[in-house]
Amino acid sequence: MSDELVLRVNGEDHAIVGGWLGESLLNVLRDQLALLAAKPGCEQGECGSCSVLLDGELVCSCLVMAAAAAGAEITTLEGLQPADPGELDDVQRAFVDEGAVQCGYCTPGLIVAVHSLLADDPDPDRLAVAEALSGNLCRCTGYGRVFAAVERAVEVRAAR
Amino acid sequence: MVAINEGWLRPEAVIALRNIPELRAWTVDRVHLRIGAGVTWTELLGAELARASPGLAQAARTVGSPQIRNAGTIGGNIGTASPAGDALPVLAALDATVELASTDGTRQLRFEQLVIGPKQTALEPRELITAVLVPVASGPQEYLKVGVRNAMVIAVASLALVVHSPPQRITVGLGSVGPVPLRAPDAEGWLAERLDWTNAGPRLDDPADLITFGDLVAAEAQPIDDHRSNASYRRHAIGLLAARALRRATGPRAGAP
Repeated sequence: MSDELVLRVNGEDHAIVGGWLGESLLNVLRDQLALLAAKPGCEQGECGSCSVLLDGELVCSCLVMAAAAAGAEITTLEGLQPADPGELDDVQRAFVDEGAVQCGYCTPGLIVAVHSLLADDPDPDRLAVAEALSGNLCRCTGYGRVFAAVERAVEVRAAR
Repeated sequence: MVAINEGWLRPEAVIALRNIPELRAWTVDRVHLRIGAGVTWTELLGAELARASPGLAQAARTVGSPQIRNAGTIGGNIGTASPAGDALPVLAALDATVELASTDGTRQLRFEQLVIGPKQTALEPRELITAVLVPVASGPQEYLKVGVRNAMVIAVASLALVVHSPPQRITVGLGSVGPVPLRAPDAEGWLAERLDWTNAGPRLDDPADLITFGDLVAAEAQPIDDHRSNASYRRHAIGLLAARALRRATGPRAGAP
């Protein structure tokens, strides 16, 4: 990877130095930019723990070459939540309130996926939620609480 | 990218194609559809493309997850040339043409001449897939896939069935039941004799023809045993998918007289 690589992450440009050729966006986010919300899970696109938005589209950052993300607007969970680390955004709050978190490893990816879903469809039916979250594996919750959290986030946003 | 993450591949150079707008564009007129190699599965699901190529849209819907469909492209699917590639049976049934470019110029290859073995293509070194050319839908199209679940699944068997009109004929493409996507010429030829094209066809007079067609398609499959399934199940499944797709394509349709 050349010294010229600049990635725009959460609204700020970052010069990436010392990466290796073919390195994934996930690696660069975590190792070089210390943005740790996106999690390495399967590193083959199966689990969704590393989900981020690339030009507003949900992708697995493990499957995006960092070099290919140059010129794109990259949004991680850190860029979606309030700047104050003590504060939660509405989707995170809904996950906490509905107990949709157990071990928590998949949670950041799920939250980004829910943000992506609600941006496109503010009132999704259950099938739309299931399809939107079909790329995010959770081994703890059985998804029941996750569905409840999405419903709550939808209600909270609708009441706003 | 998986191979790089796992350390199986260490590229000496990479070229990022994501920001080349020409590769991400598609154009359509009344009869021709040209899809840039960088068009994603999600884009194939968009209303206009789905109308022009419903078989590709149905195949796109079965791919991976939203994350995968946003990143994966039709050109990538062709270049990977996996026997299970979801677009490939559709492209086989559509007699697609693939457009290639290199510093020596551009050329076109018929899809069946490009994909020549499991994960093997006739691409020359330094050659790039730039687009795929298919006819705009002129009749119903079906894509059906068997896997262990609905999401995030690689096909155990998959089938595309395309009704062309004109000229009036039905073609099929078979996935995951051979080293490359297959056609079923004997089954297609037999079916051509059985179809009734009068009165907004195609129609089949005898429902037993569905089963016979499935059996003929299954006989032309070349499935193998592997970690994902076994040959006898794959042969059974592909016959069922063929009969089901044909039933859907020849059954009563909304708006038809």
